[in-house]
Amino acid sequence: MKGIKKFTFLRSTIDAFDAFLRVPDTVTRKGSHIRDCNDLKRVMIVVVIALIPCLLFGMYNTGLQHYLASGTGAGLPGFWQIFWYGFLKVLPLVIVSYVVGLGIEFTVAQIRGHEVNEGYLVTGMLIPLIMPVTVPLWMLALAVAFAVIIGKEIFGGTGMNIWNPALLARAFLFFSYPSHMSGDDVWTDGFSGATPLAGLSEGTSWEGMASWRDMFLGFIPGSVGETSVPCILLGAALLLYTGVASWKIMASCVAGAGIICLLTGQPLHYHLVMGGFAFGCVFMATDPVTSPQTESGKWVYGLLTGAMTLIIRLYNPGYPEGMMLSILLMNTFTPLIDHYVVSINMKRRIKRTAGHGQ
Amino acid sequence: MFAHYRLRRGLDIPLKGEADRLTVPVEPSAEYAIKPTDFQHIIPKLLCKENDRVLIGTPLFSDKNRPNLLFTSPVSGRVSAIVRGDKRRLLEIRILPDNTDTAVTFPTAAPEELPREQIVDLLLQSGLWPYIIQRPYGLIARPEDTPKALFISCFNSAPLAPDYDFVFADRQEQLEMGLRVIERLCPGNIHLGLSHNTSAHSVFKRLKAHIHIFRGPHPAGNVGVQIHHVCPVGKGQVVWTLSPMGLAAIGHLFLTGMYDNSRMVALTGSACLRPQYVLCRQGLQLSALQEYAAPREEEVRYVSGDPLTGDNAGPSGFLGFYHQQVTFLPEGNTRELFGWARPLRFKKFSAARTYLSYLSTRFGKTFRFDLNTNTNGGVRAFVMTGEYRKVLPMDIFVSFLLKAILAGDIDKMEALGIYEVIPEDLALCEFVCSSKVEIQQILQDGIDLMIKEMQ
Repeated sequence: MKGIKKFTFLRSTIDAFDAFLRVPDTVTRKGSHIRDCNDLKRVMIVVVIALIPCLLFGMYNTGLQHYLASGTGAGLPGFWQIFWYGFLKVLPLVIVSYVVGLGIEFTVAQIRGHEVNEGYLVTGMLIPLIMPVTVPLWMLALAVAFAVIIGKEIFGGTGMNIWNPALLARAFLFFSYPSHMSGDDVWTDGFSGATPLAGLSEGTSWEGMASWRDMFLGFIPGSVGETSVPCILLGAALLLYTGVASWKIMASCVAGAGIICLLTGQPLHYHLVMGGFAFGCVFMATDPVTSPQTESGKWVYGLLTGAMTLIIRLYNPGYPEGMMLSILLMNTFTPLIDHYVVSINMKRRIKRTAGHGQ
Repeated sequence: MFAHYRLRRGLDIPLKGEADRLTVPVEPSAEYAIKPTDFQHIIPKLLCKENDRVLIGTPLFSDKNRPNLLFTSPVSGRVSAIVRGDKRRLLEIRILPDNTDTAVTFPTAAPEELPREQIVDLLLQSGLWPYIIQRPYGLIARPEDTPKALFISCFNSAPLAPDYDFVFADRQEQLEMGLRVIERLCPGNIHLGLSHNTSAHSVFKRLKAHIHIFRGPHPAGNVGVQIHHVCPVGKGQVVWTLSPMGLAAIGHLFLTGMYDNSRMVALTGSACLRPQYVLCRQGLQLSALQEYAAPREEEVRYVSGDPLTGDNAGPSGFLGFYHQQVTFLPEGNTRELFGWARPLRFKKFSAARTYLSYLSTRFGKTFRFDLNTNTNGGVRAFVMTGEYRKVLPMDIFVSFLLKAILAGDIDKMEALGIYEVIPEDLALCEFVCSSKVEIQQILQDGIDLMIKEMQ
């Protein structure tokens, strides 16, 4: 690092790239002399890997929906041609998301003089996956900037934010440019096809929608990464195996949806595969920063997230997709949930030690 | 009857360099020292000058606030140097040994015949009282307190820690006498924590006290964890703790009238050439152990204590007052290319499942790791949740406690359990933390703040 002395004003940027390639040579000073080799870079890269099946499928599906919509009945082109079309559509989203997001992260780190946080590695991949593929790039860039600056950096960066930054980006577009984001007009590229959720909110009968099998496999219109449940399950398997995401949140989220389905007589198996439920439940609700830190809190949070999603879907025709809003709402309540769990622990502690009084 | 406790949470870090069960004497070091910095929250007041002649058990300094709390010389000889650091803080009192082992003789009698005050006085004068540590805060106990219990953990579960069954095998007489003495300090309330693996022939199984048997990975052997399960400490309560080493030393005093300066020390660590036990004296200079440090490419760090909680003493440093272990670790001041991005990192250990090395813990002692002192990542805000809970078998929300400390919120610290933990209890949390937070230091700062505010 000595050779590039004149760029000292870019210290944290250079350090970030350097630390990205080589583990820094910092040694322990106080406390434990040895440390586990797991760090946040590793944790984040595991999540990014878990998202890759969804990304690849999203590319293929983008192409597929294009050719289906513009098709003349002469049959579909070959697999690679479909994939290539989708690849060219999705790649710019990924690039814009990373360039804008990391650009802001590096600038902020530079201004504050701290190390660049790796949290955006995940957020930057999540954002394109929850966007409709037709979103204009300038809009995406704006949403990313909003999410990173307002959603994360003003709170102090990764680990301090209240709301999931990726969802915040989507919510920003959802409320700022509703005509592009309402979800029922996603595939404007030559054709507009109603997404199943939009159909549901407009009162279409279950029979009139895509089949359960199609919705499960994901060959339907929708945001880039959220349609294929098998790919999401692949990602979930990796997250659960590595312990990066909490199985409690995933399980209780499904259970929460199940309870509302029981009460209202809705078919749970449809709701689980529709819209962003599966994706949100696996990748969004489980964000360790914005979900409760306590184990019992995770159960409460998951249950309420799942239940709230269904409630929004069923009783709020204005917003067909409930997952985003319900996770953001529960993110807001996360500190409250933790507060109650911790208070119970405090009371238990007083009782316990009093029982062994002098 | 023995009470059994099964602790499931915790971690035994598979480290290379466990000490073989053989003992050799080690050549006396050039100097010995007692370090006031080994003792929490005392203000040392010197009682000796350079060139003073001292015997084993001669007081070298006392605590300014408690003048009767004496710290005595571990060897006989001449005070060779009084080392001070920044702001004239007293760091070391070095003694040039004359190797005659002449000791001060203290008047003793059968502990049952002495009143409590006299026993306390004897322990204070001989310099053995500092072995008795109180909870909360891990300070040297105050003789005027009446503890609700006195705990002795008879096994050490820390990585590469000495096997107490081996170390104390031939010290039964001293341990029994020690027990008779502390029985007078805390009548009827002596608790011993034994390991599930303690053999039936263990000397500790013959001691008469309340016996609790703990089964599970580290930190099951930490006395704080044992207290948490048997007799938790709340506000206004005090529990005393003692190490088996202190117990034997107290026994030795009452048997012989002399201060026990012998130490059986486990030499451990992956950078240790011959991991084994050595017989030496308290306050040994670690340079005397230089032949045990493996010649390696990397520098070798000399740790007095275990790898999780010990002090980085350096080769010219001294064995700590409370330490029975020296760990040699390779320094990790090298850079590893693509470290975190490698699919597998066979030479590094992680308890997290993001690497596969966690599997090694399933195969007993087959796989051992040569861990260096690299932090393996930069310091970040708290991100991952549930990490600490997995390695701490206590009903404590570590991240909330740490945040309360960082915010300086006394009420919350109290309510979240700061009375129950000292840094060693959270050492494993620090080890596994993926955000590389210096947890032990934060907790120590919190304890310091509590003491300051509660005065």
